Amino acid sequence: MTRKALEHSLTCINFDMIINHPLLGPRDSEEFVYLGSADLINRPNWESETAIEDFHEYQYIRENVAGDNVELWYHEQGDQSWLVVTRSTLTHEIKSVELASDYAKNNGRSR
Amino acid sequence: MNKVHYSGFKVLKEALTGHKGWKPVWRDAEPKSSGYDVVIVGGGGHGLATAYYLAKNHGITNVAVLEKGWIGSGNVGRNTTIIRSNYLLPGNEPFYELSMQLWENLEQDINYNAMVSQRGIMNLIHSDAQRDAFVRRANSMLFAGAGAEYLEQDDIKDRYPFLDMKNPRFPIKGALSQPRGGTVRHDAVAWGYARAASDLGVDIIQNCEVTGFNINNGKCLGVETSRGDIKANRVAVCVAGSSGRVMAKAGIKLPIESHVLQAFVTEGLKPVLDNVITFGAGHFYCSQSDKGGLVFGGDIDSYNTYAQRGNLPVVEDVCSGGMAIMPMIGRARLLRSWGGIMDMSMDGSPFIDRTQVDELYFNGGWCYGGFKATPASGYCYAHLLATDNYHDVATEFKLDRFLRGAMIDEKGVGAQPNLH
Ligand SMILES: Cc1cc2nc3c(=O)[nH]c(=O)nc-3n(C[C@H](O)[C@H](O)[C@H](O)COP(=O)(O)OP(=O)(O)OC[C@H]3O[C@@H](n4cnc5c(N)ncnc54)[C@H](O)[C@@H]3O)c2cc1C
Repeated sequence: MTRKALEHSLTCINFDMIINHPLLGPRDSEEFVYLGSADLINRPNWESETAIEDFHEYQYIRENVAGDNVELWYHEQGDQSWLVVTRSTLTHEIKSVELASDYAKNNGRSR
Repeated sequence: MNKVHYSGFKVLKEALTGHKGWKPVWRDAEPKSSGYDVVIVGGGGHGLATAYYLAKNHGITNVAVLEKGWIGSGNVGRNTTIIRSNYLLPGNEPFYELSMQLWENLEQDINYNAMVSQRGIMNLIHSDAQRDAFVRRANSMLFAGAGAEYLEQDDIKDRYPFLDMKNPRFPIKGALSQPRGGTVRHDAVAWGYARAASDLGVDIIQNCEVTGFNINNGKCLGVETSRGDIKANRVAVCVAGSSGRVMAKAGIKLPIESHVLQAFVTEGLKPVLDNVITFGAGHFYCSQSDKGGLVFGGDIDSYNTYAQRGNLPVVEDVCSGGMAIMPMIGRARLLRSWGGIMDMSMDGSPFIDRTQVDELYFNGGWCYGGFKATPASGYCYAHLLATDNYHDVATEFKLDRFLRGAMIDEKGVGAQPNLH
């Protein structure tokens, strides 16, 4: 393999596969299950007048971001915590990782 | 009728005269300042087929196909080329069967060798419950006229001695076969439709990226592109994996996520596999190309992405699926792997529909099964664009079906696109 090709494949692997777990340190993304956008944390109010439309939007309609995506990963083969990972959908580079509970509290939820 | 460009005589004549008489097969057009009746965004298989059927079936020839790169650079040139009409649900099966019938006549229709090979497809069965499910599916296929056969263990063993029939975890107990399924040369589909459409007057404009829509009072009047604004009476988006990005420019959010699907090909081997084979207990499908390479694939990578490359865990997953049914594949060296971006919908089924913007239409959500749909997708999309009515076999592919509770979920996994 030429050096360029080697460097290229190393970047792919580094960017793609390692999630820096806030409690457990760097972990292979294979230990996780991907759920989708972190918007899924914000369940609509079922008592609202517009609940049907709100739940349709919540369940079926997607931002499908091309760029930095804030998303939920579940550490199934680890400590079974939910993480919120900010990751570029264009390069797979992981920008930040936090516990979903911290993320929810920072966004105004009680837990 | 198409002009006949290719014939045995022509090949002979060119062979004797140094192959100097071959011409580019379609016109490389410039955008017309007067605009178009229909502008199609995306020069993949579906966009080109739509243009062809608009011209051929409906006489609408003032049409442009705008492609941001070169035609065939998207999924139409990246897929594993499998065609089949072995779906279960009534919203899907007649549509895919129309597609199969169009494949069967495609080469005569467009006078282009697309190497349509009805070598058959065989879905392996590994448990009694799976047999019941596949027999049910076979009955649905028979109702739609698609044809289906049940293969016993002995039929399979005799034909494919390399299969691991007695795998302790996933023994092969039988198979659902559709003898009319098979493979098609994917690039040739793009080129063939492009030539046939271009011959009928369609402008194919490459290196022309749509960067926005000109929308006034809820009506689409044309598109903004990297080569200037282009006027259109009607705009038909058909950009597969880029659906989310492109429709966002019209302010429309979709029931779609973009994911990457990888595919693989081995070094060339002598003929071993004369049809398409799929693993029923994991996700693995394989056929042998005419050059001898085993072409195979499996699951998508499971996270949202627009990067046309995937990751190693899925490579391992796909290869272990292969090893479980045909261990001989472990002796073959992998030549290449690549990825393409899938427009994964919330129920695994596609959309061919109007949008909330007048004169703006949408075709997408093909997931990883849109290649086989190419002819019918173009046929039905052209029908909708020309007549404003849904084609009889494409009445269920509407964008609001989730709100109405009318999803077409073949696998029954719900709104979890990475599992479809
Ligand atoms: C690895 C892999 C294996 C697959 N295997 C199979 C299979 O075996 N059987 C099967 O049936 N299906 C298969 N598929 C799925 C199938 O390839 C796709 O569903 C189908 O090709 C999508 O339709 P298309 O051909 O029109 O898409 P594409 O060829 O992707 O066309 C879309 C075009 O739109 C263009 N575009 C995007 N944005 C813009 C813009 N802003 N302006 C202008 N143009 C734009 C793109 O450049 C692209 O050329 C596979 C896909 C992949 C990636």
